[in-house]
Amino acid sequence: MGNTEMHITNKDESVISINGLYKSFGDEHVLNGIDFTLLKGENFAILGKSGSGKSVLIKIIVGLLKPDAGEVIVLGKQVDKLNRTELDNLRMRVGFSFQSSALYDSMNVYQNLAFPLTMNFRDLSKKEVGSAVEEVLESVGLTEKLYQMPSDLSGGQRKRVGIARMLILKPEIMLFDEPTAGLDPITSGEIIELINAVKKQNNASSLIITHDLTCAKNTGDRIAMLFEGRFLKAGTFEEVFDIDNEHIKGFYNYNFIQ
Amino acid sequence: MNNKNYLFTKGVDNAFIGVSKAYSFVALFFKEAFKRPFHLREIFNQSFEIGIKALPLITVTGFVVGVVFTKQSRPSLEEFGATSWLPSLMGIAIVRALGALVTALICAGKVGSGIGAELGSMNVTEQVDAMEVSAINPFKYLVVTRVAATTITIPVLALYCSFLGLLGSFVNVHAQEAISLATFFENAFSSIKFLDIFSSLFKSIVYGFTIGIVGCYMGYNATQGTRGVGKAANRAVVLSIFLIFIEEIVIVQLTNWIRYF
Repeated sequence: MGNTEMHITNKDESVISINGLYKSFGDEHVLNGIDFTLLKGENFAILGKSGSGKSVLIKIIVGLLKPDAGEVIVLGKQVDKLNRTELDNLRMRVGFSFQSSALYDSMNVYQNLAFPLTMNFRDLSKKEVGSAVEEVLESVGLTEKLYQMPSDLSGGQRKRVGIARMLILKPEIMLFDEPTAGLDPITSGEIIELINAVKKQNNASSLIITHDLTCAKNTGDRIAMLFEGRFLKAGTFEEVFDIDNEHIKGFYNYNFIQ
Repeated sequence: MNNKNYLFTKGVDNAFIGVSKAYSFVALFFKEAFKRPFHLREIFNQSFEIGIKALPLITVTGFVVGVVFTKQSRPSLEEFGATSWLPSLMGIAIVRALGALVTALICAGKVGSGIGAELGSMNVTEQVDAMEVSAINPFKYLVVTRVAATTITIPVLALYCSFLGLLGSFVNVHAQEAISLATFFENAFSSIKFLDIFSSLFKSIVYGFTIGIVGCYMGYNATQGTRGVGKAANRAVVLSIFLIFIEEIVIVQLTNWIRYF
């Protein structure tokens, strides 16, 4: 597809800009020339089936993986060119919510949330940390779970705590990796509402990686369909699913739109 | 190239890659260990955890080793009418070798496997990545603190194990002969030189570092889900014990050279 649909012309407003991104693992080519721009204040959803390279893309954006070729610019910094300190400074401005929530299982909810804060802002008082934790827990609606261990939480609650942990550093960009994976439709709906609410509260930009059409439709201002390491189509939900492409149609037919 | 040759060359390649990765891991440890922040609280927590984990087993083993060694050595010394040498013999055996070695082997099993499994589990459940994306250096927080903790704690445990070994030996000697605790320890330490204590302490530090770094390396590089976690824990124990025996031989040899220099 043409890059024009992926790139927005006003570069000043872009918070993530990706050009010609390639990534392979051995003989497996996962990303084959990805281009897109995420605008300030925008929700951009990337749809694709399992193994299409969605998680690899999001991990390259936060510098967990290195690209083979291409340019990844996040908040004006080229990610793969940053040293450890510069990368950490950037990561404090970019939140990441994991598919598995990735909560620290030896810490309770309070400690999970306080950990990024106390490690990055060592001069904060206990009171300041406590009120920040309570504030983010309130924003995800889990204040009563403060001292529970992650193993005692349901899948949906773990997702919420994962989102709260991402919010505690007040990121400018929020990256969601499969936010509704493994959740029942009602809990998925609650997480979708939460994504939209926290985006509004924090005035942040969001990149949502998902295979769930409902999630993409209800969270994304723009949507892109990833197939075999390339974007097939990008635009609004209606624009993406209004074309006659067998992969897009196939993907649509296997999902139930609410 | 036939299949056998291919497998052989691939095996050699993997061995070199493994050594190079391990070398980089150790080099990264020394690079990060002396840089701020030092995470002293976490080092203290880990040291406490390691001490608590290994203490009961070391208490029992140290004492039993002292009793059994004394019991087994007595008949040989009796043949020469030299049972009065038992305290000094046990002093040499425990301080020079057994205390540090027994502690290291127990900790390799108990602590090394624990570190391997814990870090392995954190790795495969993306908790290590979660630290990375929260602008926290996981190597510094997880690896440096644990290696520092084992390097500090295992020498202390070795001293404790040596003391209990001598106590066990005293109990056995006291059951047969009228000897006071003070006389026993005076005799035991009469044959021990500063070099013996220094080399024993040095050995424990090396063993502690080995157990920590091997456990962390295996856990930090664990893959393949829960199976990988089990493998990491198992490999941490096996490789630690193997390296401890090699280090024991090398350090004993070096100490002997110094002793007779």
